[in-house]
Amino acid sequence: MTAIVQAVELTKQVLSGDQPLTILHHASFTVEAGESLAILGASGSGKSTLLGLLAGLDIPSSGSVLLNGIDLFALDEDGRAKLRGELAGFVFQSFQLLPALSALENVMLPLELRGVVNAASRAAESLRQVGLSARGHHLPKHLSGGEQQRVALARAFVTQPKILFADEPTGNLDAATGAQVIELMLELNRAQGTTLILVTHDEALANRCSRQLKLSAGKVV
Amino acid sequence: MNILRLSFNLLRRDWRAGEWRVLLLALVLAVGSLSTVGLFADRVRQALQQEATSLIGSDLRITSTRPLPSIYQNSAKAHGLYTVESRSFPSMVAFREQTLLSEIQAVEPGYPLRGKLTIGDSSEHDANGIPERGTVWVDERLLRRLDLKVGNEVNIGDQRFNVAARIVKDIDQSIGFSSFAPRVLMNMRDLASTGLQQEGSRITYRLMVAGEATKVAALREELSNKLSGNERLEDVRDARPEIRSALERAEHFLGLAALTAAILAGAAILLSARRFVQRHLDSCAVMRCLGAQQGQVLRLFMYQFLLLGLFAVLLGCLLGYATQAALIFFVEAMRDAALPQPGVLPAIKAGISGYALLFGFAFLPLLQLRKVSPLRVLRRELGAPQPNTLLAYGLAMLVLGVLFLWHAGSLELGFAVLGGLLAGLAIFGGLAWLILIGLGAYLTNLTSYWRHAMNNLVRHVRNNALQVVALALGGMALLLLTLVRSDLLHGWQDKLPPDAPNRFVVNIQPDQRQQVFDFFSRERLPKPHLMPMVRGRLVAINDIPVNGDSYSEPRARGLVEREFNLSYMEQMPEWNELVSGTWWDINGNGQLSVEEGIAQTLGIYLGDMLTYDVAGSRFTAQVTSLRKVQWDSMRVNFFVIATPELLSDFPGSYLTSFFLPPDKVRAGDNLALELPNVLVIDTGAIIAQVRHIMDQITQVMAAVFLFTLFSGFAVLYAALLATQDERTFEAAVLRTLGADGYYLRRLHLAEFTVLGGLSGLFAASGAVLLGWVLARFVLEIPFQPSPVIWPVGVLGGMATVTLAGWLGTRWLTVLPPLAILRE
Repeated sequence: MTAIVQAVELTKQVLSGDQPLTILHHASFTVEAGESLAILGASGSGKSTLLGLLAGLDIPSSGSVLLNGIDLFALDEDGRAKLRGELAGFVFQSFQLLPALSALENVMLPLELRGVVNAASRAAESLRQVGLSARGHHLPKHLSGGEQQRVALARAFVTQPKILFADEPTGNLDAATGAQVIELMLELNRAQGTTLILVTHDEALANRCSRQLKLSAGKVV
Repeated sequence: MNILRLSFNLLRRDWRAGEWRVLLLALVLAVGSLSTVGLFADRVRQALQQEATSLIGSDLRITSTRPLPSIYQNSAKAHGLYTVESRSFPSMVAFREQTLLSEIQAVEPGYPLRGKLTIGDSSEHDANGIPERGTVWVDERLLRRLDLKVGNEVNIGDQRFNVAARIVKDIDQSIGFSSFAPRVLMNMRDLASTGLQQEGSRITYRLMVAGEATKVAALREELSNKLSGNERLEDVRDARPEIRSALERAEHFLGLAALTAAILAGAAILLSARRFVQRHLDSCAVMRCLGAQQGQVLRLFMYQFLLLGLFAVLLGCLLGYATQAALIFFVEAMRDAALPQPGVLPAIKAGISGYALLFGFAFLPLLQLRKVSPLRVLRRELGAPQPNTLLAYGLAMLVLGVLFLWHAGSLELGFAVLGGLLAGLAIFGGLAWLILIGLGAYLTNLTSYWRHAMNNLVRHVRNNALQVVALALGGMALLLLTLVRSDLLHGWQDKLPPDAPNRFVVNIQPDQRQQVFDFFSRERLPKPHLMPMVRGRLVAINDIPVNGDSYSEPRARGLVEREFNLSYMEQMPEWNELVSGTWWDINGNGQLSVEEGIAQTLGIYLGDMLTYDVAGSRFTAQVTSLRKVQWDSMRVNFFVIATPELLSDFPGSYLTSFFLPPDKVRAGDNLALELPNVLVIDTGAIIAQVRHIMDQITQVMAAVFLFTLFSGFAVLYAALLATQDERTFEAAVLRTLGADGYYLRRLHLAEFTVLGGLSGLFAASGAVLLGWVLARFVLEIPFQPSPVIWPVGVLGGMATVTLAGWLGTRWLTVLPPLAILRE
C-alpha cells in the first residue's frame, strides 16, 4: 500500500475579532491508496476545514499536505487546481451543480476543463452508471435532490479520480434517498478503486468506511 | 476549443435564464444610438461626396455675380476644353393664384458637362439635352407646394412656361435640406423674355468647363491670376465646404448626444456585470475545485462577453440602421433627396465603441471571477474578491474619455461635454444621495410600509442615487425637447410685435422707386422705407489685403471671399443700436458703421480703415461706429453702412420690408406681377419653412435622446436586478412573518414613487436650467419656463418609474416564501 494523502502537522487559524482562533490543531495522518476514510465530528469540529485543506481548496496556517507525493502548498493556486483536476473528484452536501448547464454538460465539465476530446460520450456513460441516462438534457433545477446528487457522483467519477472528497453527501437528502446515494457512491468507489475521504456526522455512514478519524474542537481524537 | 464551446453553452443557458438581458439591452441601446447618428451622417456625407463631381456639373467652374468676360471662354476653348454657360437667380414662380420663391437656372445646350440629370413623370430617365424653349423643368418641391402638374403652365417674370418635366435627380444643386428654394431649369434663350435680367439683379453667372484633366489644370493655373475680386474658380475640391463643416458640427453634436445614452448604458453594464459576477461565484468556485485554472475561468467568461458583445453590436447596428432609415423617412427634405445607402464604417465605429463600453465597464468586475476561492464550495459565506474600485472607475472613465474625444472630434469639445456631463451627474447624484438619506432620517413618523420603504432606499442609497440620476438625465433630455423647446419658441415669437414686417421686397431698380411708392399708396399700405443696396467686397483692412486665406474660420472666409450687401444712409435705422463710436459726424465724410458681430468675426475695430471693391472701383473709409443689429427683427439690416457720398454713385438697387396684413395677401402677388424683376419674399412663409425644418431636426434629436431615456430605464432595470435577490429574500421573510401581498405591493410602490418623483424633479430642474442657459446666452431672449414642467416632470417620473418598478417586482408578491427561504 502507498500513501496517497499525507497530512503533516496541519493547523488552521482564523481571526475572530482581533483574537486568533485555532480551528484545526496539528492534524497529522496518512491515507493509503484505495482506503476509505471517514472524518467524523460534531458541527463546528473542523471537519470541513480539514477536507478543504486536504483538497487544496484552502491554505493552512502551518503544516503541509502531500497529495500523491506532491506538496500541495508548494504549488501556486493554479498548480493546485491542475492537481485537483488530475487526481480528485468531489461530492458536496449542496450538490454544487452549475445551474446553467444540463446534467450531461455538468458531467462533461471536468473533462472539458482537461481538454478531453470525447467528453460527451464519456459523460453519457458516467450518467448511465448512475442511472440517469434519460435525464442528461435536464437542467439541475428540473431534477430531484437525489438525482442531482447522482449527477454530482457521475461528475466526480467521470475523470476516474484517484481520490474522492465527499462533504456530507447525504446532508440535503431524506434518509431513503441518502442511503441510495451512499450505496451508489461506495459501489463506484469500489469499482474504480478510488480512495475515499468522506466528511460526515453520521456514525453509521462512517462505519461503512475502512477507517474513521474523529475530530473534536479542531483536534484529532 | 472546449472552453469556447463551454462558453457558448453557458452563454446560451444564461441567456435563457435572462442573466444577460439587461446587459444586452444596455449595449444594444448604446450601439444603436451611436450607429443611428453615424449611419445618418454617413448617408448625408456620401451624398455630398457623390455629388461632388456632379455638384458643379463640370470639371471647373468660374462663378461671378457679374457677367463673365469672354476671355475666359476663349481661353478654355484655346485649351481645347468644352464650355457651357449658366445663370441662376431667385425669382417668383406663379401658378394660378399662388406664387413661390424659387431658384431659376438658365442653361445652354450641353449642360451639364459632367453628371446626368434625371427627369421624369411616370417613368424616370436621364435627360437628353436641356428644356426646349418655352418650357421649364421643375423639381418635386415646386410641384407639391404649388399643387402643380407636369403639363401645367407657370409664369416666371413676363413669360409663360409649360412645365415639361419633373427633375428627379439634379446636378449643380446640393442635397435637399441645405437649399430651401425649389428649383426651375430653363433654356438660356428664354431668359431675356422673362425681363428678369436687369442691372443689379442677383444673378450668379457661371462658366462651366470640362475636358482632359491636364488641360483643365492648365486652364486653372492660367486663370487663377486673372480673376477679379468677385470671380471664383471652383472645382470639386471646393464644393460646398460650408455644408461639410456644418455636417461635421452636426455629427459631432449628435454624436455627443448619443454618448449620453452610452454613459447610461455603461452604468447599466456595470450594474449587470456586478450582478453577473455575484451570481457566478458558485459556478466559478466549482470549476476551480474541479481543476479549472484562473486563465481558463477568465477565458471562459471573456469569450461569453465577446460573443454577447458581437450579438449586441449586430443588434445595435440593425437598430441604428432602422432608426436612421425611419428618421430620413420622416424628415421630408431628406426623403426627397434620395440619399445613398450608408457605408459600414459608422457601424464599425459604433461596434468598437460598444465593445469599448463593455470592456470599460465590465472587464474589471469580470476579473474578480478569476480569483474566486475554490473554498467557496464548502463555505458559501465567502464573498466575491474585492475589486480595485479606483482601477475599475478609472478604466471606465478612461474609456468614456476616449469615446467622447473620438466622437466629439475635438479635445476641447470632448472634454467640455464630458466634464459638464460628469459634473452634472456628480451634482445630481450627490443631491439624490443627500435627499434620500435626509428623507430616511427625518420621515420617521410614517406608516409602516412607508418607513420600511425609506429604510430600503437608504440601505441601497448608492444604487438608488445612480438610478435617480440616470432616469433624470433621460427625462431631462425629453423635457428639454418638448416643454422647454416650446417655451423658448414662444419667447422668441413674443419678441416680434404682431405687425413685424412679413415681406421683403428686393431688387427694386432706382427708376422703379416711384412705381413702388405708387403701388403702396394704391394698396393703402404705409409708405415703405426704401433702402439702397450696393454689392461690394472687402479687400483690405488698414491697407493690409484680406482674402479667404487670411482667416481660418469658415464663416470669416466666406465673408471675405464673397461680395456682401452695403448700404448708405444719413440716419441710423431706429432698430439698430450704437454700441461704440459715433454715428456720422456732421462734417465728416468717408465713414463706415459696422455690425459688431461681423466686426468680431473679421477682426475689425473702431478706427480701422476698410477698403471695398465695388464694381471694380475701390474706396477706403474709416470705421467710426459699431452697431448691434436685431437680425430676427424681420427688418432690413446691413453689416456695413456707409456715409452716402461713398456709395450713392455706384449702381445698386433698393430693398425694403413691410407688414402685409393677412387680408391683403394678394397685394404681395400683385406687386410681383406688376414689377416682375422685383422679388417679394414672404418671410412669414420662410420662417414657417425654417421652423418646419427645425421641427424635423428636433425630431432627429428627440429620437437620439429617446435612446438616452431608454438607457435610463436600462439602468433602472439593472438596479432592480442588482437588488433582486435581496428583495426576493426580504419579501419571503416578510411574507413568512405575516405581510400580505398588499403590504409588499405598497412597500415596493412607495420606493419607486420616491425614486420616480426625485428623478422627475431633477429632470425638470435640469431642463429648466439648460433652457435658461440657451435663452440667456444663445438666443438672448427672456425665458419664462412654463410652470407645468414641474408637475409634468415629477408626476411623469413617478408614473413611469413606478410602472416600470411594479412590472419588475410584481411577481415577488406571489412567490411561495418557503421555496425562496430553502434556496
